[in-house]
Amino acid sequence: MSHYEAPIREPLVLGDKSYHDITEDIAKPIEGAANKNWYIAFYISLAAMLWGFGCIFYTVGTGIGVWGLNKNIGWAWDITNFVWWVGIGHAGTLISAVLLLFRQKWRMAINRSAEAMTIFAVFQAGLFPIIHMGRPWNGYWVLPMPNQFGSLWVNFNSPLLWDVFAISTYLSVSLVFWWTGLLPDFAMIRDRAVKPFQKKIYALLSFGWSGRAKDWQRFEEVSLVLAGLATPLVLSVHTIVSMDFATSINPGWHSTIFPPYFVAGAIFSGFAMVQTLLGIMRKVTNLEDYITRMHIEYMNIVIILTGGIVAVAYATEFFIAWYTGSPYENYTYLSVGAATGPYAWAFWSLIIFNIITPQLLWIKKFRRSFIITFIISIAINIGMWFERFDIIAIVLSKGHLPSTWWRFEPTFVDVGIFVGTIGFFFVLFLLYARTFPVIAQAEVKTILKSSGEFYKKRREQGIPTKPAINLANVAGTSDKSNKE
Amino acid sequence: MESSKVIHAFYNDDEVLMDAVKAVKAEHLHIEEVFCPFPVHGLDKAMGLAPTRLAITAFFYGITGLCFAIWMTNYMMIQDWPQDIGGKPNFSWFANMPAFVPIMFELTVFFAAHLMVITFYMRSRLWPFKEAENPDPRTTDDHFLMEIPVNNNEAEITALLVKTGAVEINVVDKH
Repeated sequence: MSHYEAPIREPLVLGDKSYHDITEDIAKPIEGAANKNWYIAFYISLAAMLWGFGCIFYTVGTGIGVWGLNKNIGWAWDITNFVWWVGIGHAGTLISAVLLLFRQKWRMAINRSAEAMTIFAVFQAGLFPIIHMGRPWNGYWVLPMPNQFGSLWVNFNSPLLWDVFAISTYLSVSLVFWWTGLLPDFAMIRDRAVKPFQKKIYALLSFGWSGRAKDWQRFEEVSLVLAGLATPLVLSVHTIVSMDFATSINPGWHSTIFPPYFVAGAIFSGFAMVQTLLGIMRKVTNLEDYITRMHIEYMNIVIILTGGIVAVAYATEFFIAWYTGSPYENYTYLSVGAATGPYAWAFWSLIIFNIITPQLLWIKKFRRSFIITFIISIAINIGMWFERFDIIAIVLSKGHLPSTWWRFEPTFVDVGIFVGTIGFFFVLFLLYARTFPVIAQAEVKTILKSSGEFYKKRREQGIPTKPAINLANVAGTSDKSNKE
Repeated sequence: MESSKVIHAFYNDDEVLMDAVKAVKAEHLHIEEVFCPFPVHGLDKAMGLAPTRLAITAFFYGITGLCFAIWMTNYMMIQDWPQDIGGKPNFSWFANMPAFVPIMFELTVFFAAHLMVITFYMRSRLWPFKEAENPDPRTTDDHFLMEIPVNNNEAEITALLVKTGAVEINVVDKH
């Protein structure tokens, strides 16, 4: 009775699973050894990361002039990548917070990995505001700290300062949200560990979690309040990022639609990245019974929804550019600025990858197909990179004064740093997948009886989920009081 | 204290555990603790645990953060260095308030979230080098453990627990 669920709902946990099976399945990737493919992927990522770090040191040591920026286009790949990575991070919080508020049970198998993705993506994003500074060693001046310059403060009017507050709040809150959720799962690994070193590590990581009734009561309240705080946070963070552009006076940037449109785009691209990662992860970690076709389909539905919002936003931008009567706006959007200018290839990549390709997901067969989902998710990741590149570079390349018109060509350092962040991201994600419980087992166990395939079938046959009490079953009724 | 003995009753199903907790409560026996591998919904009510006030603390922490942000922006931008930066009005805090909203919002969330989590860790006594206190490793996997203190009524409690479907019952000394 307590676990009633409409029979129309598809099961979220496949197979004949018990609570112990869930433990076993989730602990297996951590307790086993890594295979050859993992090492190949890890070393490729590591090489990319080191190459990226080399490019960063080269930039900082030599100067920003090694990038393809010029005096008119002062932001290009750096901020494009920054916004792209922040956007990718947003799906994690959406899955763990917004779907928690809406009591979506399907989030439970994917929230851990989505949150990990958030944190690792925000790490990458956080690199760019520092390395794109001309004097990154003075980066700490953005903090309002009392100082020896007569206490010279920061200017709270700048969206770039809001970014500092937004990103650091976002990263730190996501981190504690994620970590608090990990405590019971680390405790499970700790209590299973046979190697003393492993036991020590997981005992340290699990903060001595014991799973008391009171702890669980507080844990659930903390999760709910954090979800309630993280939801406006996730909306505000990308809003603030969008204000880097929206509060400017550039035609093409100065736009009130940016805050919701960027947030929708962030969820769109973030979910695409979750699809890319989980499509592979469910296979290599043998967690296909937990991350099912159903999960992939639900995520694809969110992708269609947010992709639709983004498409409406593009249309609105174009309509308003025409409707406003401002020749500059008109020029940026409708003339050589975007669709037919030197960046037409970037503009049309955006339209094809972001607007046209995802429409295939309306077809049920496609959105339930792992292969097609994987391909479309990659397309969206590319398309959303172009969205940010188009917004930033196309607008800057054609400003108010024709004498300032210029083009942007990236150098190998621009590209190298971007490749480096992708490598760094995968290094972190691959290490995570080997050492962390990639599915929140404590949460999945709560839905096993309501949404597990085995229990759903039993309910259909009229068998209660509660096992009958067998009085002869009491195994070790003993008095251990004299043993110690 | 003469009674240092406790009974550890193991269950392997959350619904059976819930019924057992209710049965033990109906006998007016004190349940010292229940250890679970996952949150069993309604268990705190069945055990008669008081609701947690962590959400209330978060509210006050949030107000603190908001006040801090208002004080900081007002002090730094309006009182200490009232400079003209791009024509932004600086003669009163309200005149420049819209530009401070993002900071006010973020600091409210920051204070509410972090201080509440720290409060949770302190109240539940969780920190990196804390020793785990669950009496049996199975309680983080698939077993539920109910701990009941004994006052010379071992046999009665054991009989009751057997009837509720405990899969294992141990009497242990608690130090």
